[in-house]
Amino acid sequence: MENTPLSPHLQVYRPQLTSVLSITHRATGVVLSLAGTIIMLYWFVAAALGAEAYTQAQVLLSSVFAKIIMFGWTCAFYYHLLNGMRHLLWDAGWGFDLVTAYRTGYLVISGTVLLSLSTWGIILYLGGG
Amino acid sequence: MAQFRLPKNSKIAKGKVFDYAGNSKNKKTFKVYRWDPDSGANPRTDSYVIDLEKCGPMVLDAIIYIKNEIDPSLTFRRSCREGICGSCAMNIDGTNTLACTKSIKSIKRDVKIYPLPHMQVRKDLVPDLNNFYEQYSSVQPWLQSNTPPPKNKERLQSKEDREKIDGLYECILCACCSTSCPSYWWNSDKYLGPATLLQSYRWLVDSRDEATNERLDALEGPFKLFRCHTIMNCAKTCPKGLNPAKAIAEIKKMMVARETA
Repeated sequence: MENTPLSPHLQVYRPQLTSVLSITHRATGVVLSLAGTIIMLYWFVAAALGAEAYTQAQVLLSSVFAKIIMFGWTCAFYYHLLNGMRHLLWDAGWGFDLVTAYRTGYLVISGTVLLSLSTWGIILYLGGG
Repeated sequence: MAQFRLPKNSKIAKGKVFDYAGNSKNKKTFKVYRWDPDSGANPRTDSYVIDLEKCGPMVLDAIIYIKNEIDPSLTFRRSCREGICGSCAMNIDGTNTLACTKSIKSIKRDVKIYPLPHMQVRKDLVPDLNNFYEQYSSVQPWLQSNTPPPKNKERLQSKEDREKIDGLYECILCACCSTSCPSYWWNSDKYLGPATLLQSYRWLVDSRDEATNERLDALEGPFKLFRCHTIMNCAKTCPKGLNPAKAIAEIKKMMVARETA
């Protein structure tokens, strides 16, 4: 039996809303901790190195490229937060029937878009970032 | 560690095309996974173009037609042809279901048919279910009670207690749910999977069963029960409309409840 093939899995299984949201939760968790830590570290180290390095960091972090990265990070943040609440409800035993699971799934997606856009609307309106 | 890609001997080659539809107006292509243990060759997908006027409405009718009329070596399990035996569970059009209750009409594109995912293949659409059955038997799926039964009578349940088994006893152990679960794909040696856990809950919630604590003990640890990450592919794919994810959550709640009691 050793040489029998393994039947295809990821290769053939159609992505479901349920599974896509689940893997996104994990991915955003990784993005949040890794990217967040790196950006924070860079900013702190620059501050510790003195005025010149700090000014340079400020310029770099307020570039359009950095803003796009930060916007992505904001999306990841809101997604992970909202879907985390979904997980808490599941842990309490609520929201398992498929209709509810799909509804809360779509709610998480629209909440993420809405909150990310309004957060950055406010940031850009106040001229910060 | 999860292996996301197929091993070398499992990569799927392009197979042959058998066009048996003639100039029928109602033809459909079935792309079917084939693997012959005697050939030593890699698996392949053969395409069969058939005239739907000549076969019944379900996917199982089509593969029986292919076996009878085109290639008698095509191997698959089937028995009841009415969704109660669970034999013809396979991956059809990207999700797991029973070939006998899946209508051909419901699939717009070519019909792609694979064995249940991430399983060792015995031949064609027949996966090795030994591990799945061993896991099922490991939860001791029978009534356990120290109290002797009432004399000349069965053990009775209230209507409410009986209702707690609804949505659980209907499981036919077809393995669609377990083999749809990525967590089960990566850890089928340690994680029991949705089908076995739903069956376990069927006994945990049974008012006549008195082995609740022992059953819960047996599910402790990071893998057997707690590898469920609420992906919910199981509930989405169950051909009987059951919800293993919900049953698993109920077991998790029972675990916590007895620790805080």
